[in-house]
Amino acid sequence: MAGVQVANVSRSFGAHKALDNVSIDFADGGFYALLGPSGSGKTTLLRQIAGFDFPDAGRIAIGGESVERVPVEKRRIGMVFQNYALFPNMSVADNVAFGLSVRGEAKATIATEVQRALDLVQLGKLGGRKPHQLSGGQRQRVALARAIVTKPRVLLLDEPLGALDKALRVDMQIELKRIQREIGITTIFVTHDQEEALTMSDRIGILRDGRLVQEGPPEEIYDRPQSEFAATFLGDANIFRGNATGTGIRLPDGTTIAASTGASVPAGVKASCAVRPERIRISTSAAKPDPADANTLTGQVSKRIFAGNNSTYFVERDGQTLKVIVQNTGAERLAEGQSVVLSWSPDSTVLIA
Amino acid sequence: MATTRVLEWLGRFYIVLLLGFLYLPIVIMAAMSFNASPFYQLPFEWTTDWYISLWQNDQLIAATWNSIEIAIITTLISTALGSMASLALYRYEFRGKKFLQALLFPPIAIPWLITGTAMLIFFFGVGIGRGLIAILLGHVALALPYVIVVVSARLQTFAPELEEAARSLGANQWQVTMRVTLPWIMPGVIAGGLFAFAVSFDQFVVSYFLSTPGQTTLPVEIYAAIRKGFTPEINAVSTIIIVVSMALMLLTARFFKFGGEK
Repeated sequence: MAGVQVANVSRSFGAHKALDNVSIDFADGGFYALLGPSGSGKTTLLRQIAGFDFPDAGRIAIGGESVERVPVEKRRIGMVFQNYALFPNMSVADNVAFGLSVRGEAKATIATEVQRALDLVQLGKLGGRKPHQLSGGQRQRVALARAIVTKPRVLLLDEPLGALDKALRVDMQIELKRIQREIGITTIFVTHDQEEALTMSDRIGILRDGRLVQEGPPEEIYDRPQSEFAATFLGDANIFRGNATGTGIRLPDGTTIAASTGASVPAGVKASCAVRPERIRISTSAAKPDPADANTLTGQVSKRIFAGNNSTYFVERDGQTLKVIVQNTGAERLAEGQSVVLSWSPDSTVLIA
Repeated sequence: MATTRVLEWLGRFYIVLLLGFLYLPIVIMAAMSFNASPFYQLPFEWTTDWYISLWQNDQLIAATWNSIEIAIITTLISTALGSMASLALYRYEFRGKKFLQALLFPPIAIPWLITGTAMLIFFFGVGIGRGLIAILLGHVALALPYVIVVVSARLQTFAPELEEAARSLGANQWQVTMRVTLPWIMPGVIAGGLFAFAVSFDQFVVSYFLSTPGQTTLPVEIYAAIRKGFTPEINAVSTIIIVVSMALMLLTARFFKFGGEK
């Protein structure tokens, strides 16, 4: 088991900069998600850590040992591929045994270790099957067992749940997390699914165009995004753009929005504010907003989407559509076309430089 | 309903016609190898004399063994070289790769008569001359493109992540090839090998150019024998070869479902 350090890593393919000076510390035993849209460089970064590809510049260390020029077969990593990449000509047990077998372990040791790994992923009885006789979820488990049976220093997962349907995904998320805790392995997980990143990881790194946009625990990134991109890519956010006032921003129409979290921006400079839809209170024009809500805006409901436990209101205001999510508390529902007052606290407002 | 039935019968009729077209000459030849008359006269009179006299025709037997040996060695060499070449073309990017790949196909289209002439001139030029070695070299050269084409086609269906997965588990290049890639392309390698065997074993033109009178292969020997005067011994040896090669083909097809999922 070991931590992974990525320092100033860059990688270009022709004129395309796939990774641009990326540095991340992956703590020993942590569960880390690399999140980003397609083409953001997250898979390229994973492949540098795995050793399938070498960086043009920068350093990669596993357990303190520099590996940026070490080929994958010598890095002692475990990897789970997006389409599982199980060997079709081998049984489940032989798939799992592969890593031990190429290393020349004794037959008896291999048999014990394989059984232990299959038991860990709850496939103890399916060792004799061929991969094509398994369901998607089972293949996923075999791929995981195969990756961890060699006791690698790091576990790398490339969108491993991407091919599964929603219900199975949630099961596998819980399962993956359980197994990761049980063996305590440093895990780096590439995904474009923000919900997956939020629910599973200890820390998230958001990538965009080959750069690391923001990095930290999920709560921190969600509550204090440092860029509009981070705010809108991880969760939903209403973005207001204007000029900084010192305590918030002033919108083009003169309205001020107070913000008490986020960056400090000198007055007069262009800045924006991000507010999560669930932090905004919505009421009819007649009712008074909560006295603690320093920020108020008026607008008109253009659409309501009912989702059972909550409703999403789309509110038109000065050419901008704002999103507000209201828990279903049994209170009166607002109709489309109705004039409303939106209010929220400066604490819920993140100032972005 | 009636039209479907008519179509069905038409379909069956077509299959029978097709099989008849393919096999009737062979069946007649096989039957004649058991007919007593050397001039194909009917009525049919059962005999195994031709097989017995075949057994005493040393020249024909020697040529048969030559053919079998050359075909087997050609198969082994061209399958090994061709499979390795296909793997290299699949795995590596290098300057002039496209050009090299394009150059692999024309030899299949060049008439054997021309290839044979060219080989004869070349082998004399480099001092190899004619003989079994020259025939073997010629056959390997003829068979190689077939093997490469067939194995490369199979490799197109290979998922490159499998090699990556094997490497991530600590396998070196040799282990990856032997334990992951080769098992996957095996049906292609076997098919390529069958092609190579067939190209060599059926080869007349190139063998004719490259053989010397005492040292030749079966097709050339059969041709020489027919020129001297046709005997049903030829039918007998042909029948044996057909039975053996068909058995080989059926066995291979049973073990490897070509093109199918594995």
